[in-house]
Order: sequence, then structure tokens, then C-alpha cells
Amino acid sequence: MRAMVYRGPYRVRVEEKDMPKIEHPNDAIVRVTRAAICGSDLHLYHGIMTDLRVGHTFGHEFIGIVEQVGSSVQNLKRGDKVMVPFNIYCGSCFFCARGLWSNCSNVNPNATAVGAIYGYSHTTGGYDGGQAEYVRVPFADVGPMIIPDDIEDEDALMLTDACSTGYFGAQLADIEQGDTVVVFGAGPVGLFAAQSSWLMGAGRVIVVDHIDYRLDKARTFAHAETYNFVEYDDIVVEMKKTTDNVGADRVIDAVGAEADGSLLQHATGAKLKLQGGSPIALNWAIDSARKGGTVSVMGVYGPVPSAIKFGDAVNKGLTLRMNQAPVKRQWPRLFEHIRNGYLKPSDIITHRIPLDEIAEGYHMFSSKLDNCIKTVVIPPSAA
Amino acid sequence: MTNVDDRPGGPGRGGYPAEKSEPRETIEELKARIPGWGADLDPADRPAFPREQSLESGAHWDIPDLQPELVPRERSIEHKFLPPVFGTAQPLKGLSGMIRAYAYDRFSEGRVAHWMLLVLGDRVDVVESRFTALAQLKPDNIITETGILAEFKRDGIGSRFGRNRTDTKHMWLDPVIVAGPTVLLGWVAFRVIRRLAKG
Ligand SMILES: NC(=O)c1ccc[n+]([C@@H]2O[C@H](COP(=O)([O-])OP(=O)(O)OC[C@H]3O[C@@H](n4cnc5c(N)ncnc54)[C@H](O)[C@@H]3O)[C@@H](O)[C@H]2O)c1
Ligand SMILES: [Zn+2]
Ligand SMILES: [Zn+2]
Repeated sequence: MRAMVYRGPYRVRVEEKDMPKIEHPNDAIVRVTRAAICGSDLHLYHGIMTDLRVGHTFGHEFIGIVEQVGSSVQNLKRGDKVMVPFNIYCGSCFFCARGLWSNCSNVNPNATAVGAIYGYSHTTGGYDGGQAEYVRVPFADVGPMIIPDDIEDEDALMLTDACSTGYFGAQLADIEQGDTVVVFGAGPVGLFAAQSSWLMGAGRVIVVDHIDYRLDKARTFAHAETYNFVEYDDIVVEMKKTTDNVGADRVIDAVGAEADGSLLQHATGAKLKLQGGSPIALNWAIDSARKGGTVSVMGVYGPVPSAIKFGDAVNKGLTLRMNQAPVKRQWPRLFEHIRNGYLKPSDIITHRIPLDEIAEGYHMFSSKLDNCIKTVVIPPSAA
Repeated sequence: MTNVDDRPGGPGRGGYPAEKSEPRETIEELKARIPGWGADLDPADRPAFPREQSLESGAHWDIPDLQPELVPRERSIEHKFLPPVFGTAQPLKGLSGMIRAYAYDRFSEGRVAHWMLLVLGDRVDVVESRFTALAQLKPDNIITETGILAEFKRDGIGSRFGRNRTDTKHMWLDPVIVAGPTVLLGWVAFRVIRRLAKG
């Protein structure tokens, strides 16, 4: 089969790879019909995630057709069209039993601090991902769901991560009616978080980034006010000014480990890997929040310590909430929002490319060329 | 000295009131402007709450069947045992495999050494893989693998300049990261060969 593989920082190629096999009675093999590239994949692409092995296939956002099922699979059969949450989880361990579906203990030998994710290095379990023609899907009775007839494929694809994660991030922000919400990052996660903040009853939604076309999208798609932080000497002061110097009630970090805005922090955190990621956006979030406010962290950070301004968070009495999103928990409610016309997740897609052109797709997304926000990848067998 | 009325934060004196700032838009205005505004106002409609709850997951086992361990599988020393299910992609091999195995066997996830060794393993893996790819006659191609041609097809220049984006300031670092190791290796190889040639 054809599959994208990692060849080193900033380098990927498409290779002929062995077909995945059923390795456990509850496995399924899914033939991928659509996959997407996520901002999280950039942390892999840039070589920031640990234990990332050459030959690894990325891709944790995908939908497809069930090709084969293991002997204990009850809920799926060959030919079913499924959407697969980015999290791999057993459904039965201590954490899964409590609904912490992104924090499963039964699926990742390499680390106890993180659950398992498709195509996201060995630190999240060593599973090859879905930017390929076929993928092994463990716990087929737990993770995947048959795509409802009235949900379009590309909307379902966006629910496997970005849309559900943004929606989850807005929920973690504890938004109450009339709150002012600031979202750092106008990538897919930030845009969906901004859109979702309105559903929770926000009175103002402000999106901060430095990429103009993404800020345009924040205004049109997410109906938000926007700030390009490059245009201001100090974006935190700007956030204070616009909130009568009180600060924002709720702040969402949808940037993560590769935040820009300080060359020193970016270089030490994102390029030289001396920190677990560049903490600029998270620190801006902490500084922009009002005392007693909430900071919801959707951005992903590495396992090595980062220079986070924890003292300010303590002194301000902030509530910090965060997790990998347990995306499947969000689906039933998101289906309703899509059916009601409140959300149209696929509106965020800007590019559709064949799997064989994925190296250029990564370069485009990483360098933010051609107004790229979300890229969908089409395997040859689905074209 | 700055004049008291020219202070950076704004002029004058004052006190912070108890009330929230005046809303910029009324609820009616928000509802008219934003599809679905307030649909999830009631926390009971928010699927993420309460964070911990017992939900139907689809699992029909207490403990999952154990996936056979066909190749010895490295694991964090913070685990009690090898979990029932695991990824089998890219098993450990070569020098990078030894470094990674040592990181797993010796240090917990709480130790920076664990992660730094894994980072080292990643870098060594890249170098090893360059050579194995050559040996397998599937050499790495820096042009196609970096996708650099997207610069021409996707308007690299127009996308970057005159657009107020700040990441252009550290763009120069990227080629250093991509080509640096290759250049370094080449230089070392060159020195070794020259020394050998000189006898
Ligand atoms: N928690 C989860 O479950 C989960 C799931 C998916 C993605 N993520 C993470 O969410 C983050 C965003 O994902 P994405 O797909 O939207 O990525 P993306 O790379 O498309 O978006 C990130 C955006 O942040 C902007 N940015 C950089 N520095 C900034 C700063 N200092 N202030 C404001 N904006 C800044 C960038 O210009 C970019 O537009 C990533 O870290 C990703 O790994 C987390
Ligand atoms: Zn993702
Ligand atoms: Zn579990």
C-alpha cells in the first residue's frame, strides 16, 4: 500500500509499505478514504515530538471503509463507513471507565503520561497513522463510529479531531453568558474554539494570531474580533485595554509548542528543543486572563519542562484546564449542531491533495503558504 | 520623566468598579448575528461535563484480550506490565534502538534524561536511516522530501512577505535544521577520507 513516512525533520515521503494486519481480536483494518493534516502533525514534522522513528506514518484524522475485522469485533463489519477518533482507547480501564477516553492506560507502553494517538510517534504508543491507504484500528468496538447518513464525509473528518477539539476547548473554558473569550491561535483548533465559544453564550470573542488570512477567517467563519499581534508592541496590554483593564474572563490557548512572538522563546523551545515547547502563547494567555478567570489549554506541549509563568497563574487565582480532547464524547452534540446549521466544519478546508503530493502539502501547511488552513489528503485507492 | 497624562497605560486616575463592563451587543443582537448563539448555555448540554462520568464505551470485556508480544516491546518503567494493546510500527533497531532502549529501561518519564536520550535516539535514527536508505537503493531526495517545490507552486514569496507575519524572522533556521546534519556528516566523511588518503 502507499503510505506517507517520516524521513527526518521537515522531510517526509510516500513509500510502498506492508499492509497493516489484525494484531488483536478487537482490531479492524480500515481503508482510508480521506485523511487530514493537523497542526499537531507539524510538531512531528518539525521533529519536536520524542521517540519519532524514521519510517513512521502520521495521520490521526481520517475516515474510511472497514476492510477487515478481528474475531471479537461485534459493532462493525466489512464495508461500514466509519469516522475514527484520534484517540486510541480500550473503553474499560480505570480512566476509560470514568470517561477520560483520551487518557487510556491500556494502549501505550511507551508512556503513562499520555494515552495513545494514531500516527503520533512512539511516545503515544507507536501506531502507524492514517495518511496511508490502510490503517490498523485497535478497539474497533470502542473508537470508530459508523458515519450517520445525514453527516457529510468531510464534516465527519473534521470531527475526528479539529472541530471536536475546538468545541472541547471552549467547554473547558467554563464560559458563562456574556463572558469575554480570547482565543490565541487562528488555526483550525482556534477557529473552531472561537465558533464554539458563541454556542456557550460568550458576549465577545477575540482571536489573536499573526497570519492575516487566518484572522480573516476568524472574522468571517468564527464571527470574532481579531488582533494581529505583530501590529502591537505588547499584545497583553492590548487585551487589557480592550477589557477595561480587567482582563478576559476566559482564554483559550490554541497554539501550543511552536508559538511565535519571541524569537528567543521560539528558538529555544521550538527549534533547539531546550524547552518542551515555546511557552509564548500560554504565557500571553495567563497574562491576558482576568483574576479568577479560566485558561483552557488545547495547544500541545512536549514532555520537557517549559518556562511557564506559573507564579502569575497562582497569584491571579486562575483555573487552568487542559487535556487531549476525548473527541468521541463530543460527537452526538456536534451532530445536532451540524443538523441545526449552527456548525459547518468542512468550511474550514482550504486544500485537497493526493497522498502522493503530501510532502509539498506539509511544506505548504508548515510554511502557511497559499492561505492554507486545513488540508485533506486523498489516498490513490479513494481518488 | 513622562508627564502624568502621557503614561503608557493611559492618563488620569480612577478606581475599578464592581460591575462587568457594558456588553457591546445585546443578546438579541448576538442571536441575530451568530448561528446557534447560546445553544449550549446550559452546562447540562455540554458533553465534556462533568469531566468524570461513566459512559457507554462499547467495550464488552473487563480486561481486554492480550495482544501477542511477538517482538520484545520496550515500555516505560512506570508501567506495571506491558499493556494489553500496543503499536508495533518501527521496532527498535541499530544504535538508535540501543539509545532508546536505555532511555526506557533506565529513566522514568519524570526524568529529563529519559526525554533527552529519546531526542538523541531520534537524531541518530535519522543518520542511520540515510545510510540504510542508500544501501537499499532508495536514497533520500532532499528536494522531493522537503516539498520545497511548493514554494513555486504555492506562491512562497507572496504568501510570506508584506503580510505582517513574524515567523519570517526565523525562516533561515529551517534549512540549517534540514541540511545541517547532512552538511556536518559530509564534512566529517570528507576529513576522514582525506586523512586516510594521506595515509
Ligand atoms: N488537545 C488536543 O486534543 C489537540 C488536538 C488537536 C490539536 N491540538 C493542538 O492545538 C494546537 C493548534 O492546532 P491547529 O491544528 O489549529 O494548528 P495550526 O498550526 O494550524 O495553528 C496554530 C496557529 O497559532 C498561530 N500562532 C503562533 N504563535 C502564536 C502566538 N504567540 N499567539 C497567537 N497565535 C499564534 C499560528 O500562526 C497558527 O495560525 C497545536 O498545538 C495542536 O497540536 C491539540
Ligand atoms: Zn490533530
Ligand atoms: Zn482505557
